[in-house]
Amino acid sequence: MEAKIGFRNTKSVIFKGIIVFFAFIMVVPLIIILLYIIKQGIFQVNWHFLTNVPAPVGEPGGGIVNALVGSFIMVLMSAIVAIPVGMAAGIYLSENPRTKLAYYSGLCVDILQGVPSIVVGIVVYFWIVKPLGTFSAISGSVALAIMMLPIVIRSTEQTLKLLPDSLKEAALSLGVPYHRVILKVIVPCGFAGILSGITLSIARVIGETAPLLFTAFGNPYLSTSITKPMESLPHLIFTYATSPYDDWHNLAWGASFILLMFVLILNIITKVITRKWKVQL
Amino acid sequence: MESTIVKAENYNSYFGDNHVVKDVNISINKNEVIAVMGPSGCGKTTFLRGINRMHELIPNATSKGKILLDGENVYDMNAIYVRSKIGMVFQRPNPFPNLSIYENVIAGYLLNGIKISKADKDVIVEKSLTSAALWKEVKDSLHKKGTFLSGGQQQRLCIARAIAMQPELILFDEPTSALDPISTSSVEALFHELKANYTLIIVTHNMQQAARVSDRTAFFYMGELVEFDDTKQMFTNPADQRTQNYITGRFS
Repeated sequence: MEAKIGFRNTKSVIFKGIIVFFAFIMVVPLIIILLYIIKQGIFQVNWHFLTNVPAPVGEPGGGIVNALVGSFIMVLMSAIVAIPVGMAAGIYLSENPRTKLAYYSGLCVDILQGVPSIVVGIVVYFWIVKPLGTFSAISGSVALAIMMLPIVIRSTEQTLKLLPDSLKEAALSLGVPYHRVILKVIVPCGFAGILSGITLSIARVIGETAPLLFTAFGNPYLSTSITKPMESLPHLIFTYATSPYDDWHNLAWGASFILLMFVLILNIITKVITRKWKVQL
Repeated sequence: MESTIVKAENYNSYFGDNHVVKDVNISINKNEVIAVMGPSGCGKTTFLRGINRMHELIPNATSKGKILLDGENVYDMNAIYVRSKIGMVFQRPNPFPNLSIYENVIAGYLLNGIKISKADKDVIVEKSLTSAALWKEVKDSLHKKGTFLSGGQQQRLCIARAIAMQPELILFDEPTSALDPISTSSVEALFHELKANYTLIIVTHNMQQAARVSDRTAFFYMGELVEFDDTKQMFTNPADQRTQNYITGRFS
């Protein structure tokens, strides 16, 4: 009997060893990738790099300001569309989970989440780029907004579903009309969760290249016109990294580093928001 | 002559086809404490939620008959208006977690967008918290979140929130079932004081509580109002055999 218990303990130790080992193995490539990008990119970044457009081949210097401004404008525009629409849909789904509309829109959200981003790009190309006859920042924003929507919808829905019904009843029993219950009680109580969903969705789309390939297209010059082609960070990385020139490769590394930092900062913000603003139920 | 504040006339409630409150007729006087007791699933909470029209918020829930508040049928009034006239306190304390204690008390005004001056707010907050026997405990932490309070304090905060709207009638849905004995007695002690200004209807499955706090008791069984009488009378000499069985613990 005692020998058996000893054997069981050994099995537990072995099992624990295995999961720790794989957890560690999982982290290694991630850290190597991060370190590599930082090593390659960090020395490219300086004030000149952040405030100038890319230099032509053979000329030293050059920067990524066109991509920074482009990414900012396009993500901002897509967020302006996707956040209110996504929040409204998320509120509907959490409030009316048993209706037919909720069932089918929930299904659509799941499917939308699984649609490859390049397919979203093609669709937007046929919807907007072709009729307008030109690549444009606005079409890129539409593609990004479509990518953001399912994340915002699901995070809003999941957050609000966790709030107890008693909260809603408390407000309703005070004679508060339904729309005010949602806007003044339910949404503020779930604000941390909704906001972290929003920052995560931004972190997700800021690195998307595929939907921008045939929509915003890219632009070697600084442009702020939303009806003209516009550069973005991931697209700049794609173009310059696949070029045959070393200078351009360095530019792509610098841009990769900046993009990485954005995503990192957005994730840290998300963590801080969830910790600081979470309401104690 | 005592005046009637709430009167139910042939009141029925349903969940889909399930008939949960059957032909209830009851008349409740001003400044009375009424206990509503009965076994689980007897329709007592559903009846209570019918009075301030919270019942109809549940999908498939319907009702028939009249509930008169000061002689007017609440089902002919705007539901939102009815709910603002009748206070309600729930089974679990449910202060708004995003609001401070101060804001929780005046939540009925804040959430409805009713503008009142800072001075008026201060008066309402102090008066309501004093009535709810909570003022002394929280007067130095009014701007902390309400959820930092203990369960019993939270429940008294919810009572203060209901009082702040100056209702004539306050409904309590098993207000102490989620509280420990000490918090329970603090809430029960409050009922006696609130009686002076308000009419209280308290749903409880705790017979001792019904006996301790109420003037009159209504006994519900299988959706029917079996007996409604003076609390003392009912607990010493019930008229109906089913009440007798319930009180003596022959079923629960």
